[in-house]
Amino acid sequence: MTISIDPQKTNNESLQPKGWLKYFSFSLDHKVIGIQYLVCGFLFYLIGGTLASAIRIELASPMSDFMPRDVYNQVLTLHGTIMIFLWIVPVVNGAFGNYLIPFYVGARDMAFPRLNAVAFWLIPPSGLMLVASYFVEGAAQAGWTAYPPLSITTPQSGQIIWILSVLLLGGSSIFGGINFIATIIKLRRPGLKLMQLPMYCWAMLGTSLLVVLSTPVLAGTLILLSFDIVANTGFFNPVLGGNVVVYQHLFWFYSHPAVYIMVLPAFGLVSEILPVHARKPLFGYTTMVFSIMGIVVLGLVVWAHHMFTSGTPPWMRLFFTIATAFIAVPTGIKFFNWVATLWGGKISINSAMLFSCGFIINFVFGGITGVALAQVPFDIHVHDTYFVVAHFHYIVYGGTVFIIFSSIYHWFPKVTGKMLNEKLGILHFIITFIGFNLCFAPQHWLGLNGMPRRVAEYDPQFQFVNQISSLGALLMAISTIPFLINVFLSVRNGKYAGDNPWNALTPEWLTSSPPPVENWEGEAPLVEEPYGYGKEITEQK
Amino acid sequence: MLNKNIYLILIISLVFAISFWIGFNVNLLPAEASINAPIYDELFKILFIIGLIIFIGMTIAVIYSLFKFRKRNDQIGDGIALEGNLSLEIVWTIIPSIIVLLIGLYSYNIYDRMGGMKELNHNHEMMSSNTEKIWAGISQTSDNEMSINNLSIEVSAMQFAFLFNYPKGNFISGELHVPVDQKVSMKMESKDVIHAFWVPEFRIKQDIIPGQPTILNFTPTKVGKYPIICAELCGPYHGGMRASIIVEEESEYNEWFNKNKKPEVNL
Repeated sequence: MTISIDPQKTNNESLQPKGWLKYFSFSLDHKVIGIQYLVCGFLFYLIGGTLASAIRIELASPMSDFMPRDVYNQVLTLHGTIMIFLWIVPVVNGAFGNYLIPFYVGARDMAFPRLNAVAFWLIPPSGLMLVASYFVEGAAQAGWTAYPPLSITTPQSGQIIWILSVLLLGGSSIFGGINFIATIIKLRRPGLKLMQLPMYCWAMLGTSLLVVLSTPVLAGTLILLSFDIVANTGFFNPVLGGNVVVYQHLFWFYSHPAVYIMVLPAFGLVSEILPVHARKPLFGYTTMVFSIMGIVVLGLVVWAHHMFTSGTPPWMRLFFTIATAFIAVPTGIKFFNWVATLWGGKISINSAMLFSCGFIINFVFGGITGVALAQVPFDIHVHDTYFVVAHFHYIVYGGTVFIIFSSIYHWFPKVTGKMLNEKLGILHFIITFIGFNLCFAPQHWLGLNGMPRRVAEYDPQFQFVNQISSLGALLMAISTIPFLINVFLSVRNGKYAGDNPWNALTPEWLTSSPPPVENWEGEAPLVEEPYGYGKEITEQK
Repeated sequence: MLNKNIYLILIISLVFAISFWIGFNVNLLPAEASINAPIYDELFKILFIIGLIIFIGMTIAVIYSLFKFRKRNDQIGDGIALEGNLSLEIVWTIIPSIIVLLIGLYSYNIYDRMGGMKELNHNHEMMSSNTEKIWAGISQTSDNEMSINNLSIEVSAMQFAFLFNYPKGNFISGELHVPVDQKVSMKMESKDVIHAFWVPEFRIKQDIIPGQPTILNFTPTKVGKYPIICAELCGPYHGGMRASIIVEEESEYNEWFNKNKKPEVNL
């Protein structure tokens, strides 16, 4: 099924703005939308990062002395919400998904280009609304989890704007998910079999299933919560006979799968990057596909491990312990397969490769603490402490954000036709890797020894370790400078990349860089072996 | 080939040795002051050692591959076209499954020893007259479980303080005093938002939920003063919501108790 080029549409395309202006227009081109997602996400990453710096400055001293206590709670709420809903989810799903999926399935665009554009354009207004809520009456201050009754009793305007904003972002995410499922299932080029798709397609198929199944639950929950706030209903308000624990179940029914919505696409991206730079086929394609689907199924039945101290009955604690711990099996398979992909390759040590390897090391660490946290007796001591903060930053920053950077280094030549500077890239990696580990590794100890999360003041005995952590955060902030310089310099004066600088075999590299509007000048190529390195086909090149 | 295998066995045993050494010699946990704590620390040690073996092993594998298989300047072409190895993949599915299953069974055993599987509501005195559903935390009992001296305390949490009501003495205290080596049973309820009762040295934590009483039982084993920390975001002063638990010898405790006890009023 190829889309025929309608002459009238081609005329319309010529009326679209050209050059960089097209990124500010309501474009239907999946590549433009992908870049819009990426740049918009990165701007919010800078805002979220500034908020993180504010948190680490506050925590450099044991007293609450840098900002008022209620502002601190607003800052941590905004930091969590922005990083999750405006940076990681839109970028690993929306940005790379939109850019790559149509290439991978051999289509000229996404299945529903207008829905796609709508999904993107929901993000900037809801993000700005969220940030602006600070200037109304103060932003939401109940944490990104918005547990009632705290979220009912804190100032209403901030909480309501937060709910509206998350609802819009959830809507955007659902639109995107439907679009990805339809594109991967229905728009595949004739002759291309499911089991020939690049791994990122499988990751996005699994992720989109999770998005479509679980995000509506969050939306429903937040609507009920907003009724409790504005209309004095009693769904979750204990004063009116509501049950606060029910909210937690509903919230985590989305928000645990949300973790997989943030990491599964990263698993897909790293599966594209490693084979190219190691010059080897992806190891164990079939087991990789099954482990993604295994994670999707298990990911839906583990939510109550966030609630081991909430007063859950013993049988429930046990069930969720075992279900959670078993996610380590399919996840472990993927990591062994990636190391096996490196094994015996001819590895180019470049920025993309280093960030991917950093991802493996960080994520293995976060995964191990994750298996420990899944054990009820272990979790009871460290739940809601800095141990948990450290754990999930190892997953979402050490894991997913490292892969976002790796992907930017990998696909920048595709998008711009220019290379990024390798020396600045390696400098970026070194500062990020050291800063990240310096910031978050000590937090495990803090949590084990008695520092709860979301506090503006703490026991003075923890000051030294907190200062080490803040120093790491400073390095992380500094690490964005070489990256930004690199991007700006390379866009203008970067080395010309050619169409396929990495000599890669996945379909997006089989067209010009940057690609033409409908992806291929002629018919989409049939790529039956996206990872056929070391075989005859590569030698022809 | 034989040489290679010897190196592999050497490295693996070195990884195990280092992990066990760190696991037994590096203490990351605070003091142990309740019956729960040594049980918890046993679980922690096991998980710590297994985690170290996996982490160090994977890190060495990644760094080794980067060095060993890096592309030299004069090299062209690709690596070997190895697409998978079914038996290897089966091995690294089954071994982690077994490890995870064993950890699960072991942590079940730990949880049981902590008293997590006990019917909490069963012999709690407050339950007899009350039909409301009480949700459970950890229920750790001391060896002399039959002692009738169980200390019952009612905890109420509010923004931003804990209050401890001693029903037998008819008084309320801001500090929690308990005698050492005696089972303490607490019924906790929140007046406003969700709080949590956490004593790191006891390795116990339980949310305190409005409209939904929770129970937490523990047995302190070491005399001393320990922090009680609220672990659930409860508002601007959440970080300052702390109290102290004072574990003292029974005689000292009785002295404190009698000093604070309010005489019963005879009407």
